[in-house]
Amino acid sequence: MSFEYAPAPESTAIVNIKSSNGLFINGEFTAGHGTPFKTINPATEEVLAEIAQANQEDVDAAVRAARRAYDKTWSKMSGRDRGKYLFRISRLIQERSREFAVLETMDNGKPIRESRDVDVPIAAAHFFYHAGWADKLEFAGFGNNPKSLGVAAQIIPWNFPLLMLAWKIAPALATGNTVVLKPAETTPLTALLFAEICQQADLPPGVVNILTGDGDTGRMLVEHPDVNKIAFTGSTAVGQAIQRQIAGSNKRLTLELGGKAANIVFEDAPIDQAVEGIVNGIYFNQGHVCCAGSRLLLQESIAEQTIESLKRRLQTLRLGDPLDKNTDIGAINSREQLNRIIDLTKSGDEEGAQRWSPDCVIPEKGFWFAPTVFTNVTQAHRIAREEIFGPVLSVLTFRTPDEAIEKANNTPYGLSAGIWTEKGSRILSMANKVRAGVVWANTFNRFDPASPFGGYKESGFGREGGIQGLGAYLTSEESS
Amino acid sequence: MIGNDRVEVRKTHKLFIGGAFPRSESGRTYEVVNTRGEFLANIAKASKKDARDAVISARTGFNSWSKATAYNRGQVLYRIAEVMEGRKDQFINDIQDAEGISNKKAAAQTDQAIDRVVWYAGWADKYSQVLGNTNPVAGPFVNFSIPEPTGVVAAVAPQDSSLLGLISVIAPILVSGNSVIVIASTNSPIPAITLSECLATSDVVAGNINILTGDPAEIMPSLASHLDVNALDLTGVTDPELQASLEVEAAGSVKRVRKAPINPNWQATPSLSRIRAFTEIKTVWHPVGV
Repeated sequence: MSFEYAPAPESTAIVNIKSSNGLFINGEFTAGHGTPFKTINPATEEVLAEIAQANQEDVDAAVRAARRAYDKTWSKMSGRDRGKYLFRISRLIQERSREFAVLETMDNGKPIRESRDVDVPIAAAHFFYHAGWADKLEFAGFGNNPKSLGVAAQIIPWNFPLLMLAWKIAPALATGNTVVLKPAETTPLTALLFAEICQQADLPPGVVNILTGDGDTGRMLVEHPDVNKIAFTGSTAVGQAIQRQIAGSNKRLTLELGGKAANIVFEDAPIDQAVEGIVNGIYFNQGHVCCAGSRLLLQESIAEQTIESLKRRLQTLRLGDPLDKNTDIGAINSREQLNRIIDLTKSGDEEGAQRWSPDCVIPEKGFWFAPTVFTNVTQAHRIAREEIFGPVLSVLTFRTPDEAIEKANNTPYGLSAGIWTEKGSRILSMANKVRAGVVWANTFNRFDPASPFGGYKESGFGREGGIQGLGAYLTSEESS
Repeated sequence: MIGNDRVEVRKTHKLFIGGAFPRSESGRTYEVVNTRGEFLANIAKASKKDARDAVISARTGFNSWSKATAYNRGQVLYRIAEVMEGRKDQFINDIQDAEGISNKKAAAQTDQAIDRVVWYAGWADKYSQVLGNTNPVAGPFVNFSIPEPTGVVAAVAPQDSSLLGLISVIAPILVSGNSVIVIASTNSPIPAITLSECLATSDVVAGNINILTGDPAEIMPSLASHLDVNALDLTGVTDPELQASLEVEAAGSVKRVRKAPINPNWQATPSLSRIRAFTEIKTVWHPVGV
């Protein structure tokens, strides 16, 4: 039996996109000095707006504004008052949450259900959580008198544009730093709307500066001599380049990079729940998630049955208009990313894995990729080793818990992992042995500002969120 | 010594890798002198190959040491202090020769080094209570964060504090379950070699602590680029150019790097920052329900 759904599109009347957008420096929107570029709606390929490209002159101006704000205002303000600005920002995001959600979905291509229920509320929660830390930092375990670092350069990806902004800006401001943030080239719009929030909150000018631009802008920001701290979320290759770029400097660095998480399902797991977790693990946000459960490890005895259930479930997913409230799978964020997914899945075919996708109608315009499952995958296949960052699941099997751990840890990454079993002692033992920063047991892809997030090994270092996340923006307390 | 015409038995100074005392596979040594320029010993000059061998031992050591209970790790560290205490006179002589300081100061450094091991031994079953926590997430989940060891750490011991500085670097790496490859002070390596003899006769897992002697500029690049090394402690790297080049190498596998501290005070009570630097926070979620 299949259900017919009437279209239920969210109205775009609530957003007001300026045709041409400047940079946000020292509390004001100013024209950029580089050649402007366009941001498009990946579901329709329509141009949404023209965006300023920040060049060296703009980067210098933004860092100067951030430094001035740090020296003159922000580092001198009491934690209590800093916190109140963060509380204001949190409330303003909540007040304008629908606008943020619609804008995010238009610029990114993710389903409105996800931007409305995940990205925007958790972004607001991040500001609320960190607001309360601002006047309590001496209780956070970083010594009696923890100090801010200065100007933080923050570079974020396109998969969760507003949420990643919140993960970066909230802890930086709570700990007394000022920031220059560069949103991703393909998703700048919610960051610019956030700049308006900063104005509405009367945040002192220069405390938050937003520079739109491409990789060159990011590189100039990283190399700027007056930046004290760099926080980057994105690919491992770029993270490594940043680590090399700042070698020998005194800049502090945190990196949140790629992943190739194992989602391990044991024979005693509640299979229906596990299937939901597998779907949420890899098809949430079109698989554009660094901690996505992209390698499914099934115990042999239940492999066939689980794959059948999974395929049945995937038949019910709805791919299409991201603004439709019934959509499960939205658009791939860019043609470039789509090409990468196509290329990697082709290697899956060529290396002998078995591809399967549900029947679904792919819209004519825009960038789309049907949810895909590969079976007969071996550990040597590229689709089992490389981060695809798309709705593509690679299925492997195992017999014993030791084999599961061996396979789960057989990756240079170590961001996250999933464990599905009803046996408590097995959960704790597996959670202990898997080398990953976030372990979801009988759940997947949960996020909370109180819960630290970040990786082992080549998935990066440092944590975001929780008490540990504050350490990324405070001087360490050492005497030696 | 005056009044004693016995010819003393001198020691061959070797590396400490995998619980054994090999010479450098390269067959090389370098001469170490005291502060008056008098010959002390020919010290094994570790090669890149020795460093790679040490990584293999350190990974093996990590696989068992990281599984030891916190109580057990505390006792093994404490055992090191017990064995060091019995060798105090030797350490004092070594330090005096190495650093050209008075007997009193060498004795004080030895005492502090032993006490520092005891200090860290006591942390073994406590740091995770201080650095970890449960997290009150907005939903029906148990959520907790705990620090786990990073893995294999390659360290350069301070050049000027031949025993206390060395201990202050390696103890916090070990306490959480990491294994370590440490390059001893180049000009003052003998206290480190004496320490390796203490380690060999305590309950340290073979391969868990590997002590190399030689030139950090020669050895460290191969450790900084080694894919099975997880973190670097550059405390004893005094050349800024070497530090920068090691950081570049480290990026190849996204290693954690602890840079050289500015004017370190080894006498002061340490903070937890060294333990923190070589641990990873792991966060575990589980639903709450019936």
